[in-house]
Amino acid sequence: MTVDDRFTRDREERDEEFGTRNEIVTGPVADWATDFSHFEPEWSADPYVIQDDLRQRCPIAHTDRFGGGWLPVRYDDVAAIAYDTDNFSSRSIIMGNFRPPVDIAPIGGSPPISSDPPFHHDARKLLLPAFTRKNVSRLEPGTRAFCHALIDSFEGRDVVDAAHDYAQHIPMRVIADMLGFPPEDGPKFRQFVENTLEGINLPPEERIEKMEALFDYLLDQVHDHLSNPREDLTTYLINAELYGHKLQAEHVTGTMALLLIAGIDTTWSAIGSSLWHLAQAPADRDQLAAEPGLLPTAMEEFLRAFAPVTMARLVKHDMAWRGVDMKADDWILLSFPAANRDPGQFDRAGEVVIDREANRHAAFGLGIHRCVGSHLARMELRVALEVWLERIPQFSLADPAAVKWSAGQIRGPRALPLRIA
Amino acid sequence: MKLHIDSKACQGHGRCYDLAPELFGDDDEGYGQVLGDGIVPPEKEHDARRAVANCPEHAIELLEES
Repeated sequence: MTVDDRFTRDREERDEEFGTRNEIVTGPVADWATDFSHFEPEWSADPYVIQDDLRQRCPIAHTDRFGGGWLPVRYDDVAAIAYDTDNFSSRSIIMGNFRPPVDIAPIGGSPPISSDPPFHHDARKLLLPAFTRKNVSRLEPGTRAFCHALIDSFEGRDVVDAAHDYAQHIPMRVIADMLGFPPEDGPKFRQFVENTLEGINLPPEERIEKMEALFDYLLDQVHDHLSNPREDLTTYLINAELYGHKLQAEHVTGTMALLLIAGIDTTWSAIGSSLWHLAQAPADRDQLAAEPGLLPTAMEEFLRAFAPVTMARLVKHDMAWRGVDMKADDWILLSFPAANRDPGQFDRAGEVVIDREANRHAAFGLGIHRCVGSHLARMELRVALEVWLERIPQFSLADPAAVKWSAGQIRGPRALPLRIA
Repeated sequence: MKLHIDSKACQGHGRCYDLAPELFGDDDEGYGQVLGDGIVPPEKEHDARRAVANCPEHAIELLEES
């Protein structure tokens, strides 16, 4: 057998070593219109009051933190930016204190989410077949059995943490299965997710070290698959070809990182937020427990009202855009959650209406970067809620003050104690 | 009434084939497709309108047949 020399360790150079860094600014926000930060506790606790206020008085907020950035909160502005790949790049999609070098575009560090046209289309095309509704439906029986096993483990307990003991495990198990990683590595995945998405304001050396741990782990998995190929996404990516050549090592590991990170935090958040809502809305809870057929519609409303994912873009060049002066390399914090609560787009935007008939929400993004895992996420969310409501039709918040929300661009409960008996 | 999907606008969210599986299907990459000739029987008109109203990309049109 020939050795695949794409994956020798000395060839791996992470882009964190290049690019530009800015001063890290933390601490209380003076005015959300001029100094916003998605890493301050008020934002984690309730970003919607902040966004609603901004929508009234300043629809595109600014901050000097993170080296400068903008926050549009109207649906129309968010949609326009999502569609405008000429003026806004996906070269980095995590708004922090580091900007990767300009020449990393159009591929980026974790294709296709970090890619711009025209490369984006081809990198995305490689992934789409694995994530169609039909293909993810094959994972449904296993996911359902796993959800039941999690609930079996609650036997004898009056209070469980639905975020920690239930929601987080479901996407971890599913994506480990798809990538062919050991299922017992779940705790590692959780650490990688936190490091990538919540470790934004750590000192650079620490951040680089943590990202290297992720890519070391992924290379270990690649080597394991090279010596022991099997039917999974990792083997698929190792063998995949683009423009007549196998993918570069950085493309393979970058896409693996994307699938691992993006598949976990997001769905964990969506399951947790939905249960958080139902724990405080007995009428909705009882209706869904009695009529499971309503769940697909209700679930779309949970995705609208509690959209877990905010993306980011980098402005490509200096320009005046809808009344503000954007500079090259300014961030855009692309808040699909804010778009989803714009009263200009949705009636009763701030309420959860579980039988909402028309729901053009943007929880999975808009335009060419529509979440590639959306069908998988929907399957996991539906099955997780169906099984929970079937097994535990009555539940409530055990201690509202103990609910903790994640910081940063992915929002969901990370501690959610529920009384289940 | 006749359904049409603008394939340039469709991004494969799949709301149409989730909500109205008798009118829409998907291709091998998950993009929405109108099934058959796209003619909507009267009893399916509500489903068709619901698919139109839930497409995040505004990619579906319900046209009066001429």
